[in-house]
Amino acid sequence: MRLPVILMLMVMPVLAYAQDWEDRRLFNPSASGTVLRILSSTDTAVFAPIIEAFVAETPETGVEYLVTSTAEIDRLFRADPGAYDVVVSSAMDLQLKLANDGYALRLNDVDHPGWAQWRQSLFAFTAEPAAIVINRAVFAGRDIPKTRQDLIRQMRDHPEIFRNKIGTYDIRKSGLGYLFATQDARASETYWRLMEVMGGLGAQLYCCSGDMIDDLASGRLVVAYNVLGSYAAARLVPGGALETILPSDFPITMMRTAFVSKDTGESGAATGFVQHLLSGEGGDGGAEAPLPPLDSASQGSTIVLEPALMTFLDTLKRRRFLTEWENAIIQK
Amino acid sequence: MARLPVSGSLRNQLVVSLIGGAALLALLLFLVTRNFAAQVAQEGQDSILGAAAASILDAAAIHDGQVEIDLPYASFSMLANASDDRVFYAIYRDDTFLSGYEGLDAPANQADGQPTFQSTEFNGADVRVVTDTRTLIGADDRTQIRIVLAQTQDQLAGTLERISRNAALLGAGFFALAALLSFWATSTTIGQLKTLTQSVTRRGPQDLSAFRKPVPTEMAPLVTSLNSLMGRLDQSLRQSEDFIAEAAHRVRTPLATVRAHAEATLQRVDKAENRQALRAMVRAIDESSRAASQLLDHAMITVRADHLTLQDVDLAELVGDLVQRLTPVADMKDLDLAFQAEGAVPILGDPVQIQNAVRNLIDNALKYAPPESTVEIAVWRGPRPNVTIQDRGPGFPLHEMDTLTARFKRGRNAEGTIGSGLGLTIAHDVAAAHDGALTLENREGGGACVCLSF
Repeated sequence: MRLPVILMLMVMPVLAYAQDWEDRRLFNPSASGTVLRILSSTDTAVFAPIIEAFVAETPETGVEYLVTSTAEIDRLFRADPGAYDVVVSSAMDLQLKLANDGYALRLNDVDHPGWAQWRQSLFAFTAEPAAIVINRAVFAGRDIPKTRQDLIRQMRDHPEIFRNKIGTYDIRKSGLGYLFATQDARASETYWRLMEVMGGLGAQLYCCSGDMIDDLASGRLVVAYNVLGSYAAARLVPGGALETILPSDFPITMMRTAFVSKDTGESGAATGFVQHLLSGEGGDGGAEAPLPPLDSASQGSTIVLEPALMTFLDTLKRRRFLTEWENAIIQK
Repeated sequence: MARLPVSGSLRNQLVVSLIGGAALLALLLFLVTRNFAAQVAQEGQDSILGAAAASILDAAAIHDGQVEIDLPYASFSMLANASDDRVFYAIYRDDTFLSGYEGLDAPANQADGQPTFQSTEFNGADVRVVTDTRTLIGADDRTQIRIVLAQTQDQLAGTLERISRNAALLGAGFFALAALLSFWATSTTIGQLKTLTQSVTRRGPQDLSAFRKPVPTEMAPLVTSLNSLMGRLDQSLRQSEDFIAEAAHRVRTPLATVRAHAEATLQRVDKAENRQALRAMVRAIDESSRAASQLLDHAMITVRADHLTLQDVDLAELVGDLVQRLTPVADMKDLDLAFQAEGAVPILGDPVQIQNAVRNLIDNALKYAPPESTVEIAVWRGPRPNVTIQDRGPGFPLHEMDTLTARFKRGRNAEGTIGSGLGLTIAHDVAAAHDGALTLENREGGGACVCLSF
C-alpha cells in the first residue's frame, strides 16, 4: 500500500518537468522569497548576465530560466498561462498575438516609449537586425555581398562554392525564422528569388541561429541567411573566420519582447523583472554576447508592434505562405 | 405696526426658476453634445472597421473549389491606433469556420458589401464588430465568404472621456453664465420694486400726490392703483377737513350771537344766582368758541401744509402785532405780556399760519400762568430764527413731553383748565410745514418755555 504512494511521490516531480527544455537553469537558488519562472527563447548564455544583475539587485528573488523555441513557447504558454510569470521571445508576431488574446498583464507603472510597447503589456527591450553571416575565407579575393541582390548574383555565378553550403531557418519550425521570412516577403519580391536560388543550391534548413553559426564556424556552411546578428557577434573574434553583413537594400530589425502573464502569482516581482529588462542593466556589461539595446534611430527598419503582425499567423495565410516557401526552397 | 404676512420671495422664486432652468438646459446641452460626439466617434471607428473588412474580403479568391484568402497586411495595420486596441477576426465559408478566432461570430443579414455593425463582448472585452460578406463564383459553384472583424473600444472610450470632459466643461460654463445672468436679471427686476418702495417710504406724512416717475410697463397698473388710492385718500382727507372747518365756522357764528345775548342778559339780571348761571354760560360758550376756532385753525393748517404761500415775513413785527392784540386779554387776567425782539427778523413763511401758531402758544401761556405774573415773548435771529414764549405756570409733565403735540392730547396737570388739546398740535404742524421745530422745556424756577424755530 505504501510503496505505490512513495513511487508516485518520486515520479511526480519527474512528470512535472517532463517537458523537454533546450536549457533550464535556476538562478539564485538560495533565494528566500519567490521564484520567477521565465519562459524564453533566448540562449541562457546570452541572457544570464541580465538575470544575474537582477538577482543581485533583489537577492530575495530566485529565477528559474526555461529555454525553448518560439513556437513551443506559444504552445506551452497557451496551455497553462499560470505556470509562467514572464515570457520573453524574439517572435514578435506570436508575442503580439498572445497579448492580443489577453494573456498579458497590463503594467500601467512601466514607462516605455509608445513604439516599443503595445497596450502597456508587451514591451520591447532589444533591437536585433537579421543578418547574413559569411565565412570570410570563401569570399577571399571576391567582393563581399552587401545586398540580397549581390548574394543572388554570387550564388548564380559560383554555384559550386555554395551548393549544400547555404543555411537558413526552417520557417515551419522556427517562429523567428517565419517572422523574418514574412517581413522579407512583405518588403520585396527579391526574397522569393533568393529562396529559389537557395533552394536550387540545396539549402540546409535549421531550427536556430546557434546551430547555423556553429556550422559556419566549422566550415560546413559558407553563408547563413537571416541569422540573428546578436548571436553571431558572440563568435566574431577580430580577424576570425566569420563576418556579419547587414543587407543594405532593406534591413529588417526585430525587437525582443517580454510580457508578464495575466495569471502570474508574482506580479510584483515579475513587473520588477520587466522593468529591469527595459532599464538595459546587465544587457551589455561584461556579457560575452550582449543583446543590442533599443535604438530609436533604427525605427525605420524595425518591425512595427501592431495587430498587423497577426496577419501571417492566419491559418489560411500561413498555409499559403508555407506552400510557396516550400515550393521555392525544397523544390520537390 | 402689525407685521405683514409674507408668502415666499419673488426674488427667490425668480432665481430658483431661472437657475433651475439653466441647470436643466446645461444638462441637456451636455447630454446632446456627448451623444452626438459619441455617435460621430463611433462612426469613425465603424468606417475603419468596414474598410478593413472590405479589404479582407477583397483578398478572397476561389481556386479549384479551394478558398484562398491572402489576408492583406494593411487590413489590420489600418486598425492600429494610439490606444493599441485589440483586434479579433473570424472568416467563415458558408457558415463553416475557416480561420481566425473560433467563437467570434455575428450574423450578416444584408447583401454583399453592406457591412453590419454591433457592439458586443468577446474574449472578456467590449468590442465593436463588423460583419460583411462576399459571394465568390467558382467554375461550377457559388460560395459565400463572411468576415467577422472585431476591435476593442479603448481608443473610443478615451475619446469619449475627453469629449465628455469637454461637454461637461461646456455645460458647467453655460450654467455659470446663465446663473450669473439670472442673478443680474433678478436683482434688476427687484431693483425697480425697491426703487418704488423707497420713493413711497421717503414721502412726508402729508404727501399724497401721485407718482410721476416712469416705471416699467408691468408695474404701471400697480402704480396707477396706488395713485388712484392716494387720490381717493387725499380727497376724503380734504373732505373731512373741509367738513370740520365748515362745522366749526357754522358753530362759531351762532355761539357769538348766544354770547352777546348772554352778556346783555347779565347786565339786566340782579339776582346773584342768576348772574352766576349766566357767567358759567358765557364761560362755556367761550370754551366752545375757542375749540371751534382751534379746529378751524388746525384744519386750515393741514389743508395749507401742501400749499404753503411762502413770502418774506418779519417775524418780529408779526409777533409784535399779535402781542399787542392779545394785551387786553392778558390785562383781563392780570398778566403782563413782555415782548422783546432784536430788530427785524426776516424769514420765508406763511404769515397766517405762523400767526396761528404763535397765538395758540401765547393763549396757552396766558391760560396756565398764575395771576400777577409775566409772560415773556422774545424773537431771536440766530442761530435759527425763533420765537420763545415763557411763563411761570406749572410747566410740562416730564414724561409726557413727547406726546403733548398729538391731537387732543392734554397734559395731566391741565385738568380744570379750559382747552381743546389742539394748541401745541397746531404749533407743531406749522413748524413741520416750515421745516422748523417746536421744542418744549421746563424753566428753572418753574414754568414752561416753548420755542418755535424756523
